[in-house]
Amino acid sequence: MSSEQKGFTAEIRSATGVNVNRCYQCGKCSAGCALSEDMDYPPSVVMRLLQTNSAESYHKILRSQAIWLCASCQNCVTRCPMQIDLPQLMDYLRVQALEKKAVNTKSKKIVAFHRAFLDSVRYTGRLYEVGLVADYKLRTLDLLQDLSVAPRMLLKGKLPLLPEMVKGKLKIRS
Amino acid sequence: MEIGFYPGCSLNGTSLEYAQSTLALAKTFGITPVEITGWSCCGATAAHNLNHELAVALPARVLALAEKQGLTELLVPCAACYNRLSVTQHALNTNEALRKNISQTLQMPLSGKLRILNVMQVIEKYIADKIPAKVVKPFTRKVACYYGCLLVRPHDVLQFDRLEDPQSMDRLMAQAGATPLDWGYKTECCGAGFSVSRTDVVAKLSGKIVKDALDRGAEAIIVACPMCQSNLDMRRPHIDRYLKMKTTIPVMYITQAIGLAVGLSRKELGLEKLFVKMIDD
Repeated sequence: MSSEQKGFTAEIRSATGVNVNRCYQCGKCSAGCALSEDMDYPPSVVMRLLQTNSAESYHKILRSQAIWLCASCQNCVTRCPMQIDLPQLMDYLRVQALEKKAVNTKSKKIVAFHRAFLDSVRYTGRLYEVGLVADYKLRTLDLLQDLSVAPRMLLKGKLPLLPEMVKGKLKIRS
Repeated sequence: MEIGFYPGCSLNGTSLEYAQSTLALAKTFGITPVEITGWSCCGATAAHNLNHELAVALPARVLALAEKQGLTELLVPCAACYNRLSVTQHALNTNEALRKNISQTLQMPLSGKLRILNVMQVIEKYIADKIPAKVVKPFTRKVACYYGCLLVRPHDVLQFDRLEDPQSMDRLMAQAGATPLDWGYKTECCGAGFSVSRTDVVAKLSGKIVKDALDRGAEAIIVACPMCQSNLDMRRPHIDRYLKMKTTIPVMYITQAIGLAVGLSRKELGLEKLFVKMIDD
């Protein structure tokens, strides 16, 4: 235990309760992960790198695409024989990557989408989809994306043009 | 009979037909959903990805408002909302310090006793035994019931259905006259919130789901999640490009399929809102 008192594994453990050393590399998480073939490090490799407790490995993980490609589908923790809460660990690592300004460059669009989503909720209390996509496009400069889908959504009444405002939302903002 | 109702953001926008069909079906069986006054967003994926305080505070506000309104049971059709609300309630109920803290932030009490139910749970509890008598036009199709991630995981918190091979939707569809198929992608991920930021990922993951449903002979995919529905339906052009084939299998909400069986009209069920057309027999 004493060797565990310092370093990133200890920080992770005190913040999330996840003890990365419990992983014995069976690989079930990576086998069941729908996104693992698109990741730079599949979930079990993320675990192995974290176990090294070295700054170098930790920064590899913070800068990885893997933590942003995790869809939080919970398949890994569900099948993990040690019940290691990988999705919670991923949530923690994402916030760490943001705080340390170490977001993977290929994952900036994913972050932009989440940010635009939360900003929309911040302004109106509910998600306003037209505003979300406009905000996302400005953040990513992907102005032409999905131009073929939007008109059909409008025609089908799936894109209300005006946001709904929630009373009492100020309390959430603070 | 009245039951609390949390539509969530999707049901007010891209998944309007899920709200329409849920309300129409409820009405048919004498259930009156009572919407939570002044509800806000549950925070969805974005909140727990970027901001852990918001990830708890946003769903907690919804729960507190429901309690304040005197609701004891809450119908939450959106699987993502159902998941966030349930996970949050579990966190609050197992962590007294967190509950006190959040309750203080919201300036509302949180008893944690609200029963949060998804669509299948409400149908099974209040409607299921009355369905066969009301069926006027059996939904005679082979169907692939697609549950996705958020209805069944994390299992220890949600305690809903079987984890790897859930059956509730299959049972209900059989009651509506359908033939539910055994298939391999019942609880695989559709690509979830990556629809806009990584459409290529959604095309691949949802493509595999559509392909397996077709390979097993399904004539419709039945869902109970707005995110699954919009990925499998609205992203069909991307899916077809990934699969290198033209697919025409419709993706319907369970409330639409059962609604058709009990004689509700296509209009009442919002069937014209589907991108991939559901052609009547």
